[in-house]
Amino acid sequence: MSSEQPRTQIYDSTAPSTDTRDSRIGEGADDRFNSKLREAFGSTPFILTKFDKFMNWVRGNSMFMLQFGIACCSIEMMHTYAIKHDLDRFGAGVPRASPRQADVMIVPGTIVSKFGPRMKRVYDQMPEPKFVVGMGSCTISGGPFQEGYNVVKGAEEIIPIDIHVPGCPPRPEALVYGIAKLQERIRNGESTPVVVKPYELEEFGDLPQDELVQKLADDIDEEDLVMRYNWADSP
Amino acid sequence: MSTGLERGQQPPVDVTEDELAALIGDRALARDDHLNAPGFVIRPDDVQDVLTDLRDEAGFDHLANLTAQEYADRYESIYHLRKYADPTQEVSVVVPTTTDEPVSQTAEPVFRTADWHEREAFDLVGIDYEGHPDPRRILLPETWQGHPLSRGYDQEKPQLVTLTEHANPVQPDHHDDESDTMFLNIGPHHPATHGVLHIETVLDGETVVDVDPDIGYLHRCEEQMCQQGTYRHQIMPYPDRWDYVSAGLLNEWAYARTAEDLADIEVPEYAQVIRTMGAELCRIAAHMLALATFALDVYGDFTAIFQYGMRDREVVQDILEDLTGQRLMFNYFRLGGVAWDLPEPREEFFEKTRDFLDGLPAKVDEYNDLLTGNEIFQIRCHDTGILEPEVAKQYGCTGPVARGSGIDYDLRRDDPYGYYDNLEWDVVTEDGCDNYSRVLVRMQEVEESAKIIEQCVDLLEDWPEDERTVQSNVPRTLKPDADTEIYRSVEAAKGELGIYMRSDGTDKPGRFKIRSPCFHNLSALPEMSEGEYVPDLIASLGSLDIVLGEVDR
Ligand code: SF4
Repeated sequence: MSSEQPRTQIYDSTAPSTDTRDSRIGEGADDRFNSKLREAFGSTPFILTKFDKFMNWVRGNSMFMLQFGIACCSIEMMHTYAIKHDLDRFGAGVPRASPRQADVMIVPGTIVSKFGPRMKRVYDQMPEPKFVVGMGSCTISGGPFQEGYNVVKGAEEIIPIDIHVPGCPPRPEALVYGIAKLQERIRNGESTPVVVKPYELEEFGDLPQDELVQKLADDIDEEDLVMRYNWADSP
Repeated sequence: MSTGLERGQQPPVDVTEDELAALIGDRALARDDHLNAPGFVIRPDDVQDVLTDLRDEAGFDHLANLTAQEYADRYESIYHLRKYADPTQEVSVVVPTTTDEPVSQTAEPVFRTADWHEREAFDLVGIDYEGHPDPRRILLPETWQGHPLSRGYDQEKPQLVTLTEHANPVQPDHHDDESDTMFLNIGPHHPATHGVLHIETVLDGETVVDVDPDIGYLHRCEEQMCQQGTYRHQIMPYPDRWDYVSAGLLNEWAYARTAEDLADIEVPEYAQVIRTMGAELCRIAAHMLALATFALDVYGDFTAIFQYGMRDREVVQDILEDLTGQRLMFNYFRLGGVAWDLPEPREEFFEKTRDFLDGLPAKVDEYNDLLTGNEIFQIRCHDTGILEPEVAKQYGCTGPVARGSGIDYDLRRDDPYGYYDNLEWDVVTEDGCDNYSRVLVRMQEVEESAKIIEQCVDLLEDWPEDERTVQSNVPRTLKPDADTEIYRSVEAAKGELGIYMRSDGTDKPGRFKIRSPCFHNLSALPEMSEGEYVPDLIASLGSLDIVLGEVDR
């Protein structure tokens, strides 16, 4: 925008705009700051609600996503963040690179044995309350790779998941819908389902002494964290 | 270092089969010809000898692939060699070893790229390579038991995976008073690694002294999946998921080409034009993402260039969705053609595609303004991440990475398939060998792809209505003759994407091996970044444009 083109052309408003502070504290009330919501409250701008309810509402409307790309689904996830689909419109589109600043993790892809412990670690690093959206068939069951020797049969084997979005990959619209559903659940105060996770990070010394553990005893320290995959029990 | 010069130094000599046989001489125990190349069986302790001769005397300077497999009575490593100057000249070196003692000589001193290949062969199939400098697993965790692609592997056995920090390979740790290096884990969850890559880095101050890419965090058993699928329909969906950055059709073509040559299937010309157009659309989308994420890596630009790149990809994905029915995982190619004709009304489709092409030059200018013309960008990218052509060849680099180092190698022209040799377009090369050249190559390739698409659209528009055959007649069950072997490749978005297939007389392949361009390009990362600053390591990694789905397969 150049200075020859006044803002009036854009906003169709004659109110001064160069100096916002002036307009805010100047004479009389400036109706630009009055929303429909404010109007509805009338002359008493107070509401009475339960603190928990308020917190849930706030939480659902300001979600920080973990920037977490795994496989093909992350390409569609990027498109969901980017223009056209723009997840930010729903108060959920700020990807954070550090798990310590995030409260929603979208798991976009296939989890394989080597990555399982790392994903668990990243999940553990996120502060409570935290939520997980499983994106794509791979996070539901292993998807097209379910029969692979190296593939974890769904992210739920390792971390609890709030919302599953099916598809291979789900379209951005589907992911937006899934996240909107998650927001709805958070607003309603529903918490993450507790599931039994078959695969946990444990100290090597705590594992039952079977053939495999004995074989590896020389290579792994007692205190090292390990994840044990019992493939035969997988769904 | 210009391409012309290089070609001058090493004229592409045509080597006949007889000359090859004479060169290998007594060392050849037998012949084991493949559909694409003559094959020589040699003893496991002659590997370096024979490969050196083939490289130096006959000019086979490109170890395209190494396939390992287990038969009932033996293990076998196949070295697929070809020439950068003329990839249609190929030769396979077959090295059998016994089942009791699968030990074979390493090829690493002859071709650096054999390093990773042999680690993978050991990891998945279980062949030991004598003299290998670094005999570790590569895709599976260190603690894995068994070799999953060997016979009689029990998939149900439990496995243990550790979560430990890795030791500093150069010096003890930085906490130590005397040591001044620092060990840094980059990834596997890190925004700059383009997925789940783990780079073990050792820093001295801000200078990188040691880099070791640790891969396998997305090893989804693609080869096993393909070996379990039937040729006709069950394999095609998987290639979409190797290089998943919208490069689906390019990957599908790799499988289609290999299987069609294996089973001797004709493809109608009309389908070839559609394939060519679709594949180039995919290339544009893939290169756009490469540009977008590179801008993100180099100056954290999430708002302008990244979003522009995404905007343009949306348009391409829209066109591809009209064509194939899916935005990302197209599954559009069939053996012997494509799934269906262009969408009706055709005019609308052509108009949409032309609109996109018409708008492209302006967009490319915009990218050039924002990116390649930007001073900060130039400072970051000029003369960083140097990859000399000879080094690139040693690592088997292909695609924009090789072309950015002045290697004039493009399979669309050099080993023609599809409709490419009937169209007017150029292979782009740049001689800078640095990060900047690789970006330039991708930018220009977008324009070249647009040229190809435009010609395809012209052709399709005028194609007579009664000659629009999209698929040839293909038997419902394909059962190629037992023990036919073939290696074929196409120019995918990242380089030479090849497939080796051996049929065993059933309707599923006996062995399916994927030669991934990203795997090779990534293996050159240490060469490009050791001795440079750590930010340049990130830039170099971005300029390689890897996709972990394809690296790990
Ligand atoms: S669900 Fe499909 S698209 Fe998503 S990660 Fe799995 S294979 Fe890829």
